[in-house]
Amino acid sequence: MKCEDVSKDLIAYLDRRSNSADRVEIEHHLLTCAGCRARAAEFRALWGMLDAMPAVEPSLGFDARVRQRVAAAGGRGWRGWVLLQPRLAFALAILLGASVWMAKPPSAQPGDMASGARSFEAIRDLNVLENYDVLTKFDALSELVPAGLPQASAQPADDSGGS
Amino acid sequence: MTRSDVQLMLEVRAGDDASFEFLLRKYRAPLVNFLFRMVRDTATAEDLAQEVFLRIYRARRQYAPSAKFTTWLFRIATNLALNSIRDNRHRKMEVSLDAPANDEDAAPRELPAREMRIDERLVEQDRMETIRRAVASLPEKQRAAVLLHKYEEMDYAEIAKILDCSESALKSLLFRAYETLRVQLAPLIAQPVAHRAAEGRPS
Repeated sequence: MKCEDVSKDLIAYLDRRSNSADRVEIEHHLLTCAGCRARAAEFRALWGMLDAMPAVEPSLGFDARVRQRVAAAGGRGWRGWVLLQPRLAFALAILLGASVWMAKPPSAQPGDMASGARSFEAIRDLNVLENYDVLTKFDALSELVPAGLPQASAQPADDSGGS
Repeated sequence: MTRSDVQLMLEVRAGDDASFEFLLRKYRAPLVNFLFRMVRDTATAEDLAQEVFLRIYRARRQYAPSAKFTTWLFRIATNLALNSIRDNRHRKMEVSLDAPANDEDAAPRELPAREMRIDERLVEQDRMETIRRAVASLPEKQRAAVLLHKYEEMDYAEIAKILDCSESALKSLLFRAYETLRVQLAPLIAQPVAHRAAEGRPS
């Protein structure tokens, strides 16, 4: 076997994919040809270097974008994908439940109604509250003489000194 | 029981979307990796990978199990990648031998195998970038052949079908590609041996 012939089948040999007849011939050639032996060793080293090349990972949104494109192309609707994704379905159910609970109007309590009525009464008597000081210190009331009492005794004490 | 890809695809054809989901999860990473190494841009690779899955889904009703599912999958991917490169739509993202590496987004996320010193890490990054550039500078068909052979570990018959050539032509294509890489990366190929010898580590 010549070097050119070996070159043609060297990759398959190193890959362990050559047939047994070719393998024997190549091995025999490699024993006698230092150039081809060195080349074979370098190919092996090259493959080792290629193996060490780091791999990339698809981004987190990759699956979602595929689903989106499939749905946009007339594939399954969003319901189909949700059914395939139990965690997504669970999260959506929780979100829906929370939204309904938060949007619910507060129910009327009996205590609240009584409190409301009291507030209304207070507003109605606002004039009374505003004049509370005047009304509590209204001395004119004390000047009123109860029926049956003598007029003189009903005079206030500070009037006795005369003005 | 493990279902084969062909069985899964037949179920997709029958309307089972869960089987499509299974295939999507199984092949998204190898597909994105293959396309990233072809077009050298993560966003474009993801976009093309999505297009592959979309085409698979669209063609589900006409699916006939005449070949392996991966042959079909990677044939679509290869054609899309070759078209993308040839259309020059992503010319600016393609490797230029005298330009620095792409933006950080294009750099693959990786975890170091062990804790490295900063100088070791820089040397390793430089080494990886040199290998990436060498692979990216191969003619497109040779590059596709190397990626399918080395990373997808496909047999020659399957790669030949994907690249639409004979097995004999494929062997020749692969040899030329690896020979180019061997010559371009000769300094790096010799380096690990010298590096290990200097550090007293076994090879």
